[in-house]
Amino acid sequence: MILCMGKNRFSFIEFVIFAAVTFAVLCLCVCIGSVSIPPADTLSVIWDGARYQAGRIAAALAGLASDGGAAAGSGGAPSWLAARPEGLQASIILSVRLPRVLCVAMTGAALALAGGAMQGLLKNPLADGSTLGVSSGAALGAVTAIAFGIRFPGLPFAGTMVMAILFAFLSLVLILSLAYRLDCSLATNTIILIGVIFSMFVSSLMNIIVTFAADRIRHITFWTMGSLQGAGYQNALVLFGALVICGGIILRRAQELNAFAIGEDNARHIGVDVRRVKLVILITVSGLIGVCVSIGGSIGFVGLVTPHIVRMLVGPNHRRLLPASLFGGAVFLMLADLAARTLLNPIELPIGVVTSLVGAVVFVVIFYRSRRRG
Amino acid sequence: MLQVNDLTVRYGGLTIVDHLSFTVEEGQWLMIVGPNGAGKSTTLDAVTQGTAYTGRVLFEGEDMKKKKAAERARCVGVLMQNHFAEYAFSVEEVAALGRYACSAFLAGRSDEDEQAVENALALTGMISQRKQSILTLSGGELQRTFLAQVFAQDPKLLLLDEPTNHLDLVYQKQVFELIGKWLQTPGRAVISVVHDLSLAKAYGTKILLMNHGRKVACGPAAVVLVPEHLDPVYQMDVGGWMRRMLGQWTESGSI
Repeated sequence: MILCMGKNRFSFIEFVIFAAVTFAVLCLCVCIGSVSIPPADTLSVIWDGARYQAGRIAAALAGLASDGGAAAGSGGAPSWLAARPEGLQASIILSVRLPRVLCVAMTGAALALAGGAMQGLLKNPLADGSTLGVSSGAALGAVTAIAFGIRFPGLPFAGTMVMAILFAFLSLVLILSLAYRLDCSLATNTIILIGVIFSMFVSSLMNIIVTFAADRIRHITFWTMGSLQGAGYQNALVLFGALVICGGIILRRAQELNAFAIGEDNARHIGVDVRRVKLVILITVSGLIGVCVSIGGSIGFVGLVTPHIVRMLVGPNHRRLLPASLFGGAVFLMLADLAARTLLNPIELPIGVVTSLVGAVVFVVIFYRSRRRG
Repeated sequence: MLQVNDLTVRYGGLTIVDHLSFTVEEGQWLMIVGPNGAGKSTTLDAVTQGTAYTGRVLFEGEDMKKKKAAERARCVGVLMQNHFAEYAFSVEEVAALGRYACSAFLAGRSDEDEQAVENALALTGMISQRKQSILTLSGGELQRTFLAQVFAQDPKLLLLDEPTNHLDLVYQKQVFELIGKWLQTPGRAVISVVHDLSLAKAYGTKILLMNHGRKVACGPAAVVLVPEHLDPVYQMDVGGWMRRMLGQWTESGSI
């Protein structure tokens, strides 16, 4: 929209390269596990599965198009419908690994995008759901929903998810308004310090709830370290929806995020509706983090590490940074998940252990660099 | 062009700007001067709607409060005194952001945007450094980059908040001369907050002297910058001090 000069947008070739790398990592992660399945077999099983599902959907649609669908139901499968892949390998891939890896990839993409957006909005390279305490807030929301049985009729995880999103948003607002009170320039250190303290406070509350409602709530490590073990296609669908809606909104605000990353006052002076953009970004970021936490627990530092590395590759311009972060986050979290389930095989580590190990080191590196410069 | 009526800004119990009124016409360069804490910068903040106030700020007869952010930015541009860069944006990217408000209205007119950025970079002498990261620029270069941004924005009224406070003499001269050149195009005006009374006198066509948030005097330099106004505001013999400073140069014969 603004200018098509040189490297102002994510070019098609870059898109293809990033997508290809992401796809390659995805295949790798589906192949490797406690039972290793050769890539060729993996791909053919996925292909057959996809054809089977596509055929089923097509048949259902055809049934609807003709009279009432009764004919399609009773008349048996049309001849062109692919057979459902069978066997042990097929069931490992299609019902265990593929949904899990898809969920991991999309969680990584969502968290990285949320992190990138926050780092731009707050002009703070250390901002992330975990460093600001937003993930902990979301986890508290989810735990509260489960412990007090808040649910919506007909929608199984909606209660947890809505509470997680709501708590994520409230945490962000609380942390930011506290930070503004203490230091209106929103200095890097103030906001991180408040985030850390807030996380500790919220974790204690969460522990209390988990202790009292231990029969209903998953183990506390799920909420503090995260896991996507046992994630299914339903979860993947929800993540996909969140990514399309919230991700779409954030990507459309790339130019405004550039302005915020240069300075909030500067953004106001060049004509950005500062309050509105900030509200939109905070709501969408809360949406992404809330959905991720309610599905996979709080997985730390993905939103810190990914944009940082991606920025070194494509520069700070959010028109390039945000789409690249989507792919980068997916790759990073898939590799972290792979490490978590294979390094100490057969013991599986919580995925957050791996991301936090990497994240803490990257945090120190960023902090060190920005201190030397400032 | 700009009409400020009965402007009052309060932070808690403190009154920063107290019933201030002034106007700026096309072609004018208004210099706002006064001691620290006189409310100079806050006045600019109120004009750009960066702070809550009572009273009215009218731009060409329309209330600034009622304008949308992008509309405001097409009327009024701002150059601040400090810029703290965090990310390695290029000079060009920063300058191009000046077109934000324009492209919001004229979607698809990218040729015009590109031309405006090009002109702004040329005018400020930043063409050769257009791809450079802003993290590696000197203070003067950084200020010229943001000057290019505000030139690309092409507002009618330019607000400057001590634009050369941290700059060497050579950059001070550069920035003020660039702005003087910018002002020569009809339909434009400048308001700047300055500490240096000599600069105010040299470049300003109108001076607003403030103290404790109130207007002390407003008008041409010859009327405002006189001992009757300056001495009580600064609580010193301003004229005497200026002569003594100049004497350092003339008496020793070094210039």
